[in-house]
Amino acid sequence: MARIDLDLAHCYRPEQAEIDYALLPLKMTFSDGGAYALLGPSGCGKTTMLNIISGLLIPSEGTVRIDGRDVTHASPQQRNIAQVFQFPVIYDTMTVAENLAFPLQNRRMPTAQIRKRVGEIAEMLELSAQLDRRAAGLSAEQQQKISLGRGLVRPDVAAVLLDEPLTVIDPNLKFQLRRKLKQIHRELKLTFIYVTHDQVEALTFADEIVVMNRRRAVQVGAAEVLFERPAHTFVGYFIGSPGMNFLPARASATGVNVAGQLLATLPHRAVPDGELKLGIRPEYLTLAAHQAPGALAARVTHVQDLGTHLLLSAALDGHTLKARLASDVAPPQVGESVWLQVISEHTCFYQDEELVA
Amino acid sequence: MNKPVNQKAWLLVLPVLICVAFSSILPLMTVVNYSVQDIISPERRVFVGTEWFASVMRDRELHAALARQIVFSLSVLAVEIPLGIALALSMPASGWRASAALVAVALPLLIPWNVVGTIWQIFCRTDIGLLGSAIKALGLEYSYTGDATQAWLTVLLMDVWHWTPLVALLAYAGLRAIPDAYYQAARIDGASRLAVFRYIQLPKIRGVLMIAVLLRFMDSFMIYTEPFVLTGGGPGNATTFLSQYLTQKAVGQFDLGPAAAFSLIYFLIIMLLCFILYNWMQRLGTPGRADK
Repeated sequence: MARIDLDLAHCYRPEQAEIDYALLPLKMTFSDGGAYALLGPSGCGKTTMLNIISGLLIPSEGTVRIDGRDVTHASPQQRNIAQVFQFPVIYDTMTVAENLAFPLQNRRMPTAQIRKRVGEIAEMLELSAQLDRRAAGLSAEQQQKISLGRGLVRPDVAAVLLDEPLTVIDPNLKFQLRRKLKQIHRELKLTFIYVTHDQVEALTFADEIVVMNRRRAVQVGAAEVLFERPAHTFVGYFIGSPGMNFLPARASATGVNVAGQLLATLPHRAVPDGELKLGIRPEYLTLAAHQAPGALAARVTHVQDLGTHLLLSAALDGHTLKARLASDVAPPQVGESVWLQVISEHTCFYQDEELVA
Repeated sequence: MNKPVNQKAWLLVLPVLICVAFSSILPLMTVVNYSVQDIISPERRVFVGTEWFASVMRDRELHAALARQIVFSLSVLAVEIPLGIALALSMPASGWRASAALVAVALPLLIPWNVVGTIWQIFCRTDIGLLGSAIKALGLEYSYTGDATQAWLTVLLMDVWHWTPLVALLAYAGLRAIPDAYYQAARIDGASRLAVFRYIQLPKIRGVLMIAVLLRFMDSFMIYTEPFVLTGGGPGNATTFLSQYLTQKAVGQFDLGPAAAFSLIYFLIIMLLCFILYNWMQRLGTPGRADK
């Protein structure tokens, strides 16, 4: 159990131009017992960050601290961190029990104690029935549980790192294994850090989500915060399905000019002057009355009935806006002109891609 | 279940069948034919039944050659397999060093067999050869043409030099196919270097090692050219292996009948030993297969 503090940057090459960094300078704290997700597209630096925490990589700059102790140059074993990889890693020639006992044997724990620990972990992971079977013959899901078990079996494990652990698992078993992970997190109260590019996995597993893009962490927060107030346009675009709508805007003392229309902003939201981007989630983009304040006219290009709701696409000044409408409203026809409420409590304003209001 | 029957499918197998017939089956049947007849001249031949087989089985020289052959092949495996694995483990994994190491290691494989014999013949000469004169300079008596043990060891050394690279290349390919995650997991589990070899590398290269063992076994069991060029089978019969003995019989003495009978026995021995080796290696390292 441990708190993890990162204050580092990593660069695989010695030149250290910004483009060479796999991870740009960042400061971050994972608190003891938290469930975190590192979410981002491929190549954003998630796995690099994970490998730095586990000690497989030594950051080129900065430090890693576990419970305040500097472990930047400590080996993975010294840090006592468990890591589960994308593909199940098992020792083919060993049985399930031998696999689970392996990390303890390497630490020269007495045999009786090993047996007891292996029994406990197998019980928790529902592997007790398979203990004497060869690990190589089991399904991917069970093999992935063994990989996890090899991490959890150490009694004083500091944190559990999971690198896209459900990639090779059958879709219908994914759900079960994810629930198992969640349950283990609750029982053991360990710090869990879960790397994924799947927002559903991240949102369902983690209490706090670190959204990463282009080798930096752009926002850390609970699912609700990421949804309501994305700190960066990338978060707005990446979280949610479909992502946030963005429109170029120019703010002045009289209001914001969007697509040639001057709209009044809400009085309690101070919007700085200058070039901005207006962002609104499809869930909050509603149909408005003709000429309503804060609404804009757009031409409907597409209406999709998704059963539980309607997805409306509309063109406005060369931009596409998507709106999620309740399925009980009468859907507008394609080609029709509709008024969409772009200014509301949920509207966000971005300057240089960062949230300003 | 009603399976559709279409005899035309046999036509698709026919080309292969014809090729195999001409390349393997017909020559083999010719050998079988020779082995049961005494051919006195092209016009006069007598059916002798199993007489040749019986006489070959009683042949003491043959027994000696077979014993020499088995000891030689086992020695080849005992030296080349561990050495090849060690070589593969010490070769760099990537970059220009890896390419350079691969080329350097593969070089002996590119040299024709008879040239290998000639190279070693010169290499081992005590007057002008590097190895021969080096051993002599150490004050040791050395002659691969005079001393039976030394001749035998020289042939073994030559085979190790020539064929260990094959084992090394196969093992190297096997090692490179192991995903990085295994090594990372081993570091997290705190595995020692030895444990990584024992529990990750060795099981993962088992498949290619099996091929290496079979290839080396079969090839060494049929070794002919190199000892023929280097020692000519001598001194005495010290390095006369099975194939050379067979050639002496068939070509040197023109005893086609016994030679044919012996070829068939030779063929069966190789098949049997490969079968045993293959099955043994399949089982090795896979305990508890029955529970599947």
